[in-house]
Amino acid sequence: MPLLKIDKLSKSFGGLKAVSNLNVEINDGELIGLIGPNGAGKTTVFNLLTGVYEPTEGSVKFQSKDMRGLKPYQVTQSGMARTFQNIRLFSDLTVIENVKIAYHQRSSYSTLSAFLRLPSYYAGEEEMHRKAMELLKIFNLEDKAEEVAKNLPYGEQRRLEIARALGTEPKLLLLDEPAAGMNPQETHDLMNLIRWIRQQFNLAILLIEHDMSLVMGVCERIYVLDYGMIIAQGTPDEIKSNPKVIEAYLGEEVV
Amino acid sequence: MGKRINRQSVLTLVGVLLVYAIVQGSIFMDILPPFVALTLIQVCIFIILATSLNLINGITGQFSIGHAGFMAIGAYVAAIVVVKFHGPLLLALIAGAVAAAVAGFLIGLPTLRLKGDYLAIATLGFGEIVRIVFLNTSYVGGASGFSVPKTITWTWAFWLTVLSIIIIRNFIKSTHGRACISIRENEIAADVMGINTTKYKIMAFTIGAFFAGLAGGIYANYLYIIQPLTFSFLKSFDILVMVVLGGLGSLTGSVLGAVVMTVVSAALSGWPEWRLVITAVLLIVMMIFRPKGLLGTKEFSLSFLGKKGDKNASSKD
Repeated sequence: MPLLKIDKLSKSFGGLKAVSNLNVEINDGELIGLIGPNGAGKTTVFNLLTGVYEPTEGSVKFQSKDMRGLKPYQVTQSGMARTFQNIRLFSDLTVIENVKIAYHQRSSYSTLSAFLRLPSYYAGEEEMHRKAMELLKIFNLEDKAEEVAKNLPYGEQRRLEIARALGTEPKLLLLDEPAAGMNPQETHDLMNLIRWIRQQFNLAILLIEHDMSLVMGVCERIYVLDYGMIIAQGTPDEIKSNPKVIEAYLGEEVV
Repeated sequence: MGKRINRQSVLTLVGVLLVYAIVQGSIFMDILPPFVALTLIQVCIFIILATSLNLINGITGQFSIGHAGFMAIGAYVAAIVVVKFHGPLLLALIAGAVAAAVAGFLIGLPTLRLKGDYLAIATLGFGEIVRIVFLNTSYVGGASGFSVPKTITWTWAFWLTVLSIIIIRNFIKSTHGRACISIRENEIAADVMGINTTKYKIMAFTIGAFFAGLAGGIYANYLYIIQPLTFSFLKSFDILVMVVLGGLGSLTGSVLGAVVMTVVSAALSGWPEWRLVITAVLLIVMMIFRPKGLLGTKEFSLSFLGKKGDKNASSKD
């Protein structure tokens, strides 16, 4: 049974079919790429998966559970986390507060013990602090724990967003153009980071990306989306030589 | 983290006890002018109102301006318990606060789907509905008002205020409070982080309403008489001004805002025709030079009094 099974998923906005008849399967621990030209519907797919949009047709099964009608927070609680194309941090909060918010859904104490500062409050807060610091250490951000998130350099904001998504302890991580706005060196570091995250956290990753070197470098399988439809799938080598993909990206050859 | 009792909390405790003792002492020695005593109780009432509104507006970022409505519910329910059922004061206050919280919950369910200006208008409408309902209910005296015996003393008002601040602060500094703050910061991101945003908005609204109701109960049992006109939208704006003046998102800011506005308003009571003009000018100047309020989102602390104030003590919320 695959971790994620997208079956005949479609989404229309009025007359526009943003995504049609999408079939994708992701197994435990896989690293999958989703690529396509601008406006192909990649982010719409993410929004459908995470409950931001309601699909017009088709189904999404995650860990054999039907995800239809779940709200975004319920999707996250069931083990699917995402980052955004345009970074959406809690920019006026500190780095560690950003991560602690991700741990909220696993917090162990009630509102009442928060009001009255019962022992479970202190135990819960200490555990959350410890976990958050551990996670920041992994991402080399522990020195900046008390820094306000918006003051971080761009690359670190990206890293923090990924760290925060991992704080929800997902089984599947959806990364929406993580390399956007990064220079080649940063992209290279990001590639290593993504590989390493997959092993360390034992999860599957679905990656939307424009940067071909990144996708070809890290993904085991790639889906190519164009006008809301899958036009090709396979290993990076197969994709590179697929005429349909070349056509979608570069246009038809004029004889 | 770590140390549960630090220099900050000891200093705060000493400060609180000092304020209480000075006022209580001067009441005991009968040297406190009645006007000052009245102002002090009003300061307490407004501190509770401002901090609880800040929980909704500043911490959770839901712009509500119907706080006088919750205050009215608390005031009338507390008054009914005391006058009609001869209940004890504490029971009356709790009943008022709980009634306001229930109203907050029920109003929050539909209105918190709205955002920004729309929520503001809906809550404004709610406040007016509450006032008009009391205005037309002869059981509670209608427009002429509802007489209530004065049973609130400085001790009651002061410690209830301290208790309210502590409970609201404890909430804000917990994971539940952080969930509320994350909604203010970025609702979409909060949702994707697994936070049930609707639940936390309603929770903040309900807690805020609870304390507004408590403040209403204190008000009703101090001022001899309550009238629907007291709880008009102008009262809501007064509270909002205090919150904005002190800094949206700062609890100590709300306390400061409530103190400043109440004292300024009391000090200017000799020139009633100029009072509103001067407070308005004050606000305009304030918004030009410190648009984020006196304290912004920072918290004021006494830790600078100690030489080696530990780092946690002055950390912002």
